[in-house]
Amino acid sequence: MFETALTANDLAFLAKGAGMTLMVTFVSVAAGTLFGILFGVLRNQLGPIWSVPLTFVLDVFRSVPLLIQLVLGNAFQAIAKMGWEPFTTSCVILSLYTAAYCTEIVRGAIDAVPPTTRRAARSLGLTWRQDMVYIVAPLATRVALPSWIGLTLGVMKDSSLVLWLGLIELLRASQILVTRLQEPLFILMICGAIYFLISFPIARFGGYLERRWSPDDRN
Amino acid sequence: MFDYTFRWNQALRSLPQMLEGALVTLEIAVLSMIIGLAIAVCLTVFRLTGNVLLSGFARTWIEIARNTPALFQIYMAHFGLGSLGIHLNPYAALLAGIAFNNAGYLSENFRGALKPIPDTQMRAGRSLGMTWLQSFRLIVMPQMLRVAFLPATNQMIWAILMTSLGVTVGMNTDLAGITQELNARSFRTFELFAIAAVIYYLIAKFVTLAARMVAWRMFRY
Repeated sequence: MFETALTANDLAFLAKGAGMTLMVTFVSVAAGTLFGILFGVLRNQLGPIWSVPLTFVLDVFRSVPLLIQLVLGNAFQAIAKMGWEPFTTSCVILSLYTAAYCTEIVRGAIDAVPPTTRRAARSLGLTWRQDMVYIVAPLATRVALPSWIGLTLGVMKDSSLVLWLGLIELLRASQILVTRLQEPLFILMICGAIYFLISFPIARFGGYLERRWSPDDRN
Repeated sequence: MFDYTFRWNQALRSLPQMLEGALVTLEIAVLSMIIGLAIAVCLTVFRLTGNVLLSGFARTWIEIARNTPALFQIYMAHFGLGSLGIHLNPYAALLAGIAFNNAGYLSENFRGALKPIPDTQMRAGRSLGMTWLQSFRLIVMPQMLRVAFLPATNQMIWAILMTSLGVTVGMNTDLAGITQELNARSFRTFELFAIAAVIYYLIAKFVTLAARMVAWRMFRY
C-alpha cells in the first residue's frame, strides 16, 4: 500500500543530520551553561543596580528572534573578517542564546537558597567560596536542574534554525531529501519522529525530577 | 579589521517598509495567540473529560507541539499538508504552525494553572444544578485563566519571535520577510537585520509592558 524511494543511504543521511543537531546542541549547551553560571553568580553578586548592563545585554538575546541573531552574527563575522565556519558562528550565537536563558535559571536557583542558610554557613566560618561550593551549589542545583533540562531541549529544538546558515542538520537534511524524493509528508514525519524520540524521554525525565524534587512534597 | 563601510542611511530609508512588516508580524502573533488560546481551552476540556479518545488526542497534540521544533511544525503545515492536497500560502502556513505550537504550550500552562483549583469546586457547581460545561466555564476557567495569564504573555513573546521563521517558507510580508527581501536587493545584511532586531526588541518590550498593565488593571483585588 505504501511505496517510498527512501533508501538506507538516505536514512544514514538523516542520521548524520541528527548527529549535527546533537553536536551543535552539545557544544552550545556546554558553553552556554558555563557562561550562564558565571553570569548568574555575577548578577547575584553585583545586585540589581550594578548588573543592569549585563541584564540588558542578556535580555536582548531573549527578545530578538534567534534567526535574526544568527543572520546578524554571520554578517558580523564576515564584516570583521574572522573567517568563521557556519558551524562556529552557529555555536557561538546559540551559546550566547543559551547563556542568556541559563543566567535566569541560575539566578533564580541561587535566590531560592534561603539567605538564613547561607548566613549560618558564613557564621560557622565558611568562606564565600566554600559557602558557594558546599551550601549553595547543591541546593541550587536541585531547583535549577528541571528548568535546565527544559532549556537544553529548547536549544535542541531551536538549533534547527542553523539551517539558515547552510549547516546540514536534521531538518535541513530532511528538506534536501524532500526536494530530491518529493515525498514531503513521509520524510518530514520521520524527521519529526527523530526530534520527538530525542526530546520526549528527556522531557519526561525532567518532569519526573521536577515532581520528585519539588520543595513541597505534595506529589 | 573593519574595512567595511556601514551604510545606515541606506538601510534606514527602508524603515517605513519594515515598520509595515512589523504590523504584519504583530498581526500574525495576535491571531495565532487567539486561535491557540481557543484550541488550548478545548484541549484542556478534552483532557478533563476523562474520555480516552479525547484526552489521548489532546495529549498527542500537546506532546508533539512541545517536543518538535517550531520550524518543523511550520514546515509540516507548508510542505506536509501540501502533499495531502491542502496548499497553504506562507501566511496561512506560518499562522497554522504557530497556532499549533501555541495551543500545545498554552494547554500545558493551563494544566499547571488547574492544579491549585480544588475539584470540590466543580462538584459544588454540579450540585447547584449547573451542567459540567457551565461549572467549568463559569467557575474553574476564570481562575485558570488568571493564573495562566503570565505564562501566556511569555507565550505571546514566543509567538512574536516565532513569526520570524516564516521567512524560511517564503513569507515576504512580515518583518523578517521584508528584511530578507531588502537584503537580497541591497546586501546591507548587517544594517538591515540590526534594525529588524531593534524593532523586534521594541515589540517584545511593548507587549511585556502592555501585559503587565493589563494584569495590574484586571487582577488586583
